[in-house]
Amino acid sequence: MDFLQQAINGLSLGFVYAIIAIGYTMVYGIIGLINFAHGDVFMVGAYFGFFASTNLHLGFIPSLLIAMGGAALCGVIVEKIAYKPLRNSPKLSILITAIAMSVLLENLVRLKMTTDPQTYPETLLPQKIIHFAGLSIDNRQIIIILISILLVIILQFIVFKTKTGKAMRAASFDKDAAALMGINVNSIISITFAIGSALAGAGGVLFGILYSSIDPYMGIMPGLKAFVAAVLGGIGIIPGALLGGLIMGLVETFSKVYISSSYSDAIAFSILIIILIVKPSGLLGKKTREKV
Amino acid sequence: MKKEFRNTLILLGISIILFVILTILMDSGILNIYYSRIVILICINVILAVSLNLIIGVTGQLTLGHAGFMSIGAYAAAMATMEMNLPFPIALLFGGIVAAVIGFLIGMPTLRLKGDYLAITTLGFGEIIRVVITNIDQLGGGRGLAGIPPKTNFSWVFFIMVFTILIIYNIARSSQGRAMMSVREDEIAAEAMGINTTKYKIMAFVTGSFFAGIAGGLFAHYLMYIKPEQFGFLKSVDLVTYVVMGGMGSLTGSILSTGILTILPEGLRFLNDYRMIIYPLALIIIMRFRPQGLMGTKELSMKVFDKFSKGSDK
Amino acid sequence: MFKKKISVILSMAMAVGLLAGCGTKAADETGDIKIGVVLPLTGAVSSFGKSGQNGIKLLEDQVNKAGGINGRNVKFFFEDDEGKPDVATTVGTKLISNDKVVAIVGPLTSGSAIALGPIATQSKIPMITGTGTNPDVTTKGGEYVFRACFIDPFQGTVVAKFAAEDLKAKTAAILYDNGNDYSKGLAEFFEKSFVAAGGKIVAKETYATNDKDFKAQLTKIKPTKPDVILLPDYYSTVGNIAKQARAIDITVPLLGGDGWDSADLFKVGGTAVEGCYLSDHYSAQDTATLAVAFRKEYKAKYNLEADAMAVLNYDAAKIMVEAIKAAGKTDGPSIVAALAKTNIEVVSGKITFDKNRDAIKGAVILKIENGKFNFVKKLVP
Repeated sequence: MDFLQQAINGLSLGFVYAIIAIGYTMVYGIIGLINFAHGDVFMVGAYFGFFASTNLHLGFIPSLLIAMGGAALCGVIVEKIAYKPLRNSPKLSILITAIAMSVLLENLVRLKMTTDPQTYPETLLPQKIIHFAGLSIDNRQIIIILISILLVIILQFIVFKTKTGKAMRAASFDKDAAALMGINVNSIISITFAIGSALAGAGGVLFGILYSSIDPYMGIMPGLKAFVAAVLGGIGIIPGALLGGLIMGLVETFSKVYISSSYSDAIAFSILIIILIVKPSGLLGKKTREKV
Repeated sequence: MKKEFRNTLILLGISIILFVILTILMDSGILNIYYSRIVILICINVILAVSLNLIIGVTGQLTLGHAGFMSIGAYAAAMATMEMNLPFPIALLFGGIVAAVIGFLIGMPTLRLKGDYLAITTLGFGEIIRVVITNIDQLGGGRGLAGIPPKTNFSWVFFIMVFTILIIYNIARSSQGRAMMSVREDEIAAEAMGINTTKYKIMAFVTGSFFAGIAGGLFAHYLMYIKPEQFGFLKSVDLVTYVVMGGMGSLTGSILSTGILTILPEGLRFLNDYRMIIYPLALIIIMRFRPQGLMGTKELSMKVFDKFSKGSDK
Repeated sequence: MFKKKISVILSMAMAVGLLAGCGTKAADETGDIKIGVVLPLTGAVSSFGKSGQNGIKLLEDQVNKAGGINGRNVKFFFEDDEGKPDVATTVGTKLISNDKVVAIVGPLTSGSAIALGPIATQSKIPMITGTGTNPDVTTKGGEYVFRACFIDPFQGTVVAKFAAEDLKAKTAAILYDNGNDYSKGLAEFFEKSFVAAGGKIVAKETYATNDKDFKAQLTKIKPTKPDVILLPDYYSTVGNIAKQARAIDITVPLLGGDGWDSADLFKVGGTAVEGCYLSDHYSAQDTATLAVAFRKEYKAKYNLEADAMAVLNYDAAKIMVEAIKAAGKTDGPSIVAALAKTNIEVVSGKITFDKNRDAIKGAVILKIENGKFNFVKKLVP
């Protein structure tokens, strides 16, 4: 019984990691950048959702949409001012810029909102405990799982059934060839950032609802763990990010139960290190050769 | 005499003069305990920045876990003086060696990775180190380790700093240093030229970790109290900032930027709230418009001393 | 080449500029009495720091209006330690050598207090922290460091005794942050006292600072059926844990320490914390004259309800001011001697110091009812 209970805990956490991880993987797939600021876009989305529900008194779906929109905007702005100008710079410069961007976002929000945690209103998505087969299931966990699945399905549709999606896939395969084929690579990159950030923003709202309090630094750990998830599943591969996220959620939950709660962060990072050493292309990834 | 040797002697001479001047200022009270404190912290930060520069600047490997090695050295040295009653210099050495050994163990498997992956992995290791220390009660865990004997003073810090600068300066100008730079410039080409890139990456990493450990030991015996939180990811980012702003590959740059960036928060205390907005903004602007930082890969020119030497080799 | 020279000259100019700033400020024998204050005005616990600052500023007004210290006005110099021990040592040193303060109030966090203490002692500047509860503050701080609040061992004991004797709890579970000195310390001391009182700890789980998800640990604790669960952490985390606990039908009372004391506990925890108990320095319902007067003046000046941080820092500053008054002189040794003999009534109760320079002070147990902290009982050491 406990096992099932913990499994549900792990899955709902895992889905949140998954939708953040998808954003990482999409961006990496297309411009080869680890967007360190992605975890903070997640945080920005959570705050947008907070504003929508607290100040504008909007309901769940409108708040979610506003959060996704706000996060998407944030992601695209970050891309335009920080990453685009450095597209041909050495990797080191971009990486440092990404880290700086992350710190900047955290502190801009902190300045406006202070470090004190803000609380998501209870009424946004009222909690109902469902007692089923000896389990106590939080209805919000189920809703989060369902919404995440829905978002992933929508994403798959966009990526595989639309022209934009095709352009995204082409650009992530070979940017220059795609440009030669008449694809406006710059706007495709922006769209990728927008979609990835919107997903992260949704994750932020869901996270805020599940755990009630949000603060400017809430994105750091989930961001890092989502990154591990993306790498675990195979960076650049969207289903991989989903799989990786779920595994990370389950491993984190079960390691807290069966190993030790104090080491769960260390275990998460150890997974990263082991994967990178043993199979760097990830579970679903294929080995690529670097051409000179 | 050989140019490197002459330059080393000159640097040594300048350091001794600087040391004497600063000591007089401190002893006479012109530099009161507040300013003395800042000077000592600058020296410790310089050791960290210069050692990190060897890894990031000279060898081109972005590591985000340097603070982790600082903490290993800090705790190891503190244990050495507190539990094993070893004399201070031995304790420092012990801290450095433990940090270097762990650097080697971590470096072996991970330095095969490149760029972004290496950065994340070193970040991960830095966090793992922090979590592990937090869970070891004998080290105080989350409560921190208090009562570390105050053995650090200006002389120790200054001369170890000079020593570190000289060693890393000489490594950078040696054939090993050139191999490291070739790894930075184009790793695949270096491999193709027969250079064992992994070996040199590890060499840089272990050396950098050793000095980070020593800096940690100095830090611990100065602050008299250390907590794992002080050595987290943000501290590593701070150190990377020092190196990047100064110019990766330039030791002079690291020294200058470290000095400026340690003094700046003091002068700008009233901007405390905004400091962590100004810093990353400055980093972003630098990366965009002057990615080579203050000094690029150049050092303060020694050519000015050429005039004074007679008959030196060309 | 030219650029390099410019940057070198610039940095040297900066250094010289900074050095030039260090003039020689003679210690005032007649002017204002300067007292330094080290608080976390930015950083993770900045709200605590701001409350403390409010409290001390209120005291400054009151003291000066009443004629100051032996005719001289008192001036508090506030410095921000960002909640970090190394920054605390830097700003503390600045207060001592640049501003030439005669005493220091603070730091607020235990970590910073542990770090600054030895330096204060070395410089012969008396230091009093109103809120640093870790025992190391005074044991490692030296003879110039005083503490105006109870220590974590005492707090842990108070909660444990209350649980065992008043709540008749036989078993307890503990869920704490093992990366946080306050949380870990409180957990340890509770365990010791609870076991000594005949109780049994049936579950002990940990989490990392900033963790938001406690379901795994709570699910583990539930089947052990503890009579009470100790959550020794700050209000924002505790509120969350409480909610998640109730969500999986853990209904037993939760216990906590002074970290729970904040109006925001109810924002986060809502109804989940109803019926829970905590130990604290002070009750907002205290009917003592001083407490009532303080709350009134604080509300008048800031239009905010005084919280524990404001009270404790106000008290610490007041103790220091009274000691300087009693000493009649402003040198370190005289003030320290006067501090040791302190025997006054402050907002949070009567204060005297033991031989370790820790305050001999009682604690209160509060119960949460209808979104309020209600006074239950007072315990003295």
